[in-house]
Amino acid sequence: MAQTQYKYMDMIHRCFRCGYCKFPQDWEDVDNCPAYARHRLESHSNGGRLWLIRAWITGELELTDHLAEIIYSCVACKNCEEKCPLSFSDDILNMVIAARAEMVAQGRIPSPVKTYLKNIQLHGNPYGIGAKKRSDWMQELSIEPFEKQEFLFFVGSEGAYDSRAQHAARALSRLFQKAELSFGVLGNDETDDGNEVELLGEEGLVEMLAEKNIASFNERGIKNIITLSPHAYNALKNIYPRFGGSYQVYHYTQILPNLIQSGRLHPPKLENTTITYHDPCFLGRWNREYTAPRRVLQAIGGSKLIEMDRNRKSAFCCGGGSGNYYTDLLGGSDDSPARIRARQAHATGATILAVACPNCLTMLEDAVKVEGLEGKIQVKDIAELIDGESAS
Amino acid sequence: MDSIYAALMDIVGEDYVSNQTEELFTYSKDLGTSEPQWPDYVAAPKTVEQVSRIVKLANEQKLAVVPLGGGLSLAGLALPLRGGITLDLKRMDQILELNEQSRYIVVEAGISHGKVTAYLHKHAPRLMHSEPGAPAAATIGGNLAIHGQGDLAHPYGFNSDMINGLEVVLPTGEICRFGSCAIGNDWYTLHPLPDLQLFLGWSGCTGIITKVSLRLFPCKKFQEQDLFIVQDENLVPEIIYEMTHIGMAEDIMAISQEIPPPFNRLHCILVNISGDSKEELEFKRQLIFDGKLARYIEDGVGGIGAVGQKIERPQVSKTSDWRKGGGFEYVGSIVPVSYYPECYRRGSEISARHGIPYTVLGRVVGSSHGMMFSWTYAFNRADEETVRHAREALHETDRMVLELGGTLWKPAVFGQKLVMDRMDPNTLQMMKKVKHLLDPNGIMNPGNWEVA
Ligand SMILES: Cc1cc2nc3c(=O)[nH]c(=O)nc-3n(C[C@H](O)[C@H](O)[C@H](O)COP(=O)(O)OP(=O)(O)OC[C@H]3O[C@@H](n4cnc5c(N)ncnc54)[C@H](O)[C@@H]3O)c2cc1C
Ligand code: SF4
Ligand code: SF4
Repeated sequence: MAQTQYKYMDMIHRCFRCGYCKFPQDWEDVDNCPAYARHRLESHSNGGRLWLIRAWITGELELTDHLAEIIYSCVACKNCEEKCPLSFSDDILNMVIAARAEMVAQGRIPSPVKTYLKNIQLHGNPYGIGAKKRSDWMQELSIEPFEKQEFLFFVGSEGAYDSRAQHAARALSRLFQKAELSFGVLGNDETDDGNEVELLGEEGLVEMLAEKNIASFNERGIKNIITLSPHAYNALKNIYPRFGGSYQVYHYTQILPNLIQSGRLHPPKLENTTITYHDPCFLGRWNREYTAPRRVLQAIGGSKLIEMDRNRKSAFCCGGGSGNYYTDLLGGSDDSPARIRARQAHATGATILAVACPNCLTMLEDAVKVEGLEGKIQVKDIAELIDGESAS
Repeated sequence: MDSIYAALMDIVGEDYVSNQTEELFTYSKDLGTSEPQWPDYVAAPKTVEQVSRIVKLANEQKLAVVPLGGGLSLAGLALPLRGGITLDLKRMDQILELNEQSRYIVVEAGISHGKVTAYLHKHAPRLMHSEPGAPAAATIGGNLAIHGQGDLAHPYGFNSDMINGLEVVLPTGEICRFGSCAIGNDWYTLHPLPDLQLFLGWSGCTGIITKVSLRLFPCKKFQEQDLFIVQDENLVPEIIYEMTHIGMAEDIMAISQEIPPPFNRLHCILVNISGDSKEELEFKRQLIFDGKLARYIEDGVGGIGAVGQKIERPQVSKTSDWRKGGGFEYVGSIVPVSYYPECYRRGSEISARHGIPYTVLGRVVGSSHGMMFSWTYAFNRADEETVRHAREALHETDRMVLELGGTLWKPAVFGQKLVMDRMDPNTLQMMKKVKHLLDPNGIMNPGNWEVA
């Protein structure tokens, strides 16, 4: 049956399936789309997916579980938008998200995605842990609730609930405290930022989450927000204005360089270490911030920063976007994106793989373990590296 | 479980085989005007042994096997006309050897042109291969299987003339090598062994190319594209003749297109030149412009359009986005350069009849030994009527090419039949015998180059 409500009907036929969008900037290989790299069948390439969506929208194909998985296997890394030369390229992901929105409306989505959305609906986080436990991560840190401080620290669901990401959240809080930054948190009043919910096509839920967070921000007169996660950064910066919430939003790596430069933070010395940095998609391709995290890393004494071949606009995604760090639709293979990325990082000879995103942190740390690279390369959030204390 | 599916799974692994509607749908479609043709299975092998096992299985089961590279040949050539197994070869993408001194690179055939270009740019910047203007995802094997041509066609000919060795899985599953590699040596030459080249230009009907030794050529430090424009199409062949006499260019193309309007009815001759120094480049530019083109400028019949433009490698084509339609297909031909004016005139008439703005292009192959001339017909994928017009225009063009005395390049099945109708009966019988000898069960890309 044709899907007559689909918003991009007048555009989706324009994909030629020429495959430029599979490549990184320097054309190194056809494998810079994580979904395609994982499956290597055309159905999972960006062009293949757009053609399949069109076939469903026009009624040529039925929506099956397999089709639903293909449509949800895109992790929204934006490599395709960066590389497709055609004039509709800015709307590639919108076309995918609009199809997901139709699927959500019909309740025809893969079950891990259903669970993810249900957990957020019920608990305000994807993990299905009670909203009252949201501030447990900071118990021993004596962090102030936001009152009239300069910045709100928006922790995000991963930093609040995922045990590995909590380490990063704590490290970052310690840094802010050391630098005597005026900041506070929302505690249990914070709810999921909604970035992934938007990408998964649940329009109503995004609105609800955004409105809830916006109400909390406005009640407290919040103007400046720092996020741990680039995903939250993207949501607050680019999605919330749609719902009337406009703030000065920073990713924490954009705050640290000034704190270091002004002498309020003193990065540790890491003698004889080599660090490579993985650009998170929601800081890099989505928001064009490639410099700030590197400035922070360059401030670490005694260490050398080396780049992976795929960096900045060409960075290969860890596969965690679009909720996939939880739904894991690209898992279960040697060529799961995080494993490919872990190998790319290891190939540089670096001993530390620095990340600036809690999703990348968990995805890549798991991948390093599965690849048997533990002891050879450590995955660390930039906040943890600057904090220097062993994470606790 | 379907036993063929299970066997394929055993060969390539569960992740790389499918018989689900979504994959079959995807591989049933070409980018051009061809009607969909559904495979029964799709498999993506990683090694030549896997290809060989699949082909043996297909023989046992009398199932068709259709090799697929980038799927960018646009003429339905990799559509499974008789169902069977579509073999997506893009996982066979390794670079096996680069020999700078002997100027060759050995690659697996499913590697993309983009990857080869990027690799050479990084690891051997003084070398290049002849890259087609196709999207970068086009594969080396697919391009050889249709006798493609690239941006070194003027000095060195067809891409299929630029190989030093091949590995092929025969239609019966044996793995064969040709050239010096066949006697256990390095992959440095195809000659002087007895000629067994039965695979190039056959659209995969006689075997699956799995490894290729590609010749590399000097890549000079400075490269530029210059543009000379004339209004009279009759001048194009003589200008090309003069330019190929001095042999300074790497690529020469003549293009004429209705859109954008200021270029309508003009003939843009694009010339790529290169040099290891600015002086070398200037010397070549002078030979071309002062030595050969100045008189057309003096006579007021030609003008310089641009000098020193950057050359994009790989080239990026936006043709499909014309009128936001998402599709085009072209007829390619190999004709004498002298046919350019007539090809252009007849092509623009066909386009006009079908309401499609004309786009024609001629690329010089060799020292004016021939020209790949193409007629492009854009369509709107969402408007069946425009697809029909493009299809009819393609068919008319196929007929026109043969009437003019040209040969079709990578023809669709429609064009293949026209060619075979005109073919010398002895040659045709030879083709039939070769095909039968190599492929007794008729499983390799059946329906293509099929002699009745
Ligand atoms: C915008 C555009 C510009 C183009 N410009 C050029 C150009 O300048 N020069 C040029 O030559 N072409 C050009 N082409 C045509 C075509 O894209 C290229 O020739 C391309 O290299 C074909 O390779 P492919 O991997 O896409 O082949 P496919 O389309 O996948 O396959 C082509 C044929 O070869 C067979 N095949 C594929 N792989 C193998 C193999 N390993 N062994 C045996 N048979 C195989 C297939 O079954 C099919 O019959 C252009 C196409 C487009 C869309
Ligand atoms: S999205 Fe763009 S680059 Fe990718 S296949 Fe479609 S048209 Fe080509
Ligand atoms: S956004 Fe990333 S994962 Fe999704 S199709 Fe584009 S390149 Fe692939």
